[in-house]
Amino acid sequence: MDLKTSDRVTAPLRSTASNGLKIVIVGGFGVGKTTMVRSVSEIRPLSTEEVMTRAGVGIDDAAGVRDKTTTTVAFDFGRISLNDQMVLYLFGAPGQQRFWFLWDRLFSGTLGAVVLVDTRRVEDSWYAIDRLEHHGMPFIVARNDFGGPAYRLEDIRKALDLSEDIPLIDCDARERDSSKKVLITLVNHLYSLSTAQTGGR
Amino acid sequence: MTSRSVDREDPDRLYIVTGGRSRVDEDSIDIVSLIVSECDPTPGMQSEHVKILRMCTNPMAVVEIAAELGLPVSVVKILLCDLLDTGRITARHPTAAPAKTKLPEPAILKQVLLGLENL
Repeated sequence: MDLKTSDRVTAPLRSTASNGLKIVIVGGFGVGKTTMVRSVSEIRPLSTEEVMTRAGVGIDDAAGVRDKTTTTVAFDFGRISLNDQMVLYLFGAPGQQRFWFLWDRLFSGTLGAVVLVDTRRVEDSWYAIDRLEHHGMPFIVARNDFGGPAYRLEDIRKALDLSEDIPLIDCDARERDSSKKVLITLVNHLYSLSTAQTGGR
Repeated sequence: MTSRSVDREDPDRLYIVTGGRSRVDEDSIDIVSLIVSECDPTPGMQSEHVKILRMCTNPMAVVEIAAELGLPVSVVKILLCDLLDTGRITARHPTAAPAKTKLPEPAILKQVLLGLENL
């Protein structure tokens, strides 16, 4: 992110805002996470970071960070005011290994996740899907259209080894309506899971 | 994920900002907890505290505060704990997902859907 805080369009939340919600968009480098956040956010995407201390780094054991006492994970986010009380925060998060050690600290209580896939680099998504399943985090998969080879969605489902009950859709992260549709698809999916869990209320 | 300014930051500075503390009760403040100032800054207050009080006249999420201050989330949480303990701010915590692996209530998701459809 090249935004400076001075670029921020000041848009304070309503004084009645009381309930912050989270949705996380996960994907490899350059897959369009920030683009998607930007297309639906009411503020220009902001960037922040979390520091992982040596204890975390030791567990992570990522090559090249062992000699550092801390390592930093940066993530972008935007915001959507849903009504007078509810504010949805959208996080664009890197799918790399060290990021997942911060998941519980940063993203516990997240409603659900979107895995953004670039069909030219499907393998980038395998790890993210595996980790989301590990964390018991419901998700959908969206293919960001980069105009690459026209794989059918069924082929992508197969390549990702994705079970039939997980929604898989096409999107154009630059388009507000398309990104909006991705979020609605996710929340609809969560809704059916939730009603199933609570006995179809 | 890029190498950002905090990587090059003098660690001493973060140490001083937090008064040497490195742990905080992580569960007490969420990254989307909304912070609201309950008083004006007073002379002699730590500059980060002053900035937070000025920023939060309207509710502001912890991550937004961190982005504005250019400090890591965990450092900001420590600063917020100070202000919470002395009643200078209040925090509105998320209510959507109380338990870790539990899905949000259908009623809450319905409201989220409605909000998204109205965008």
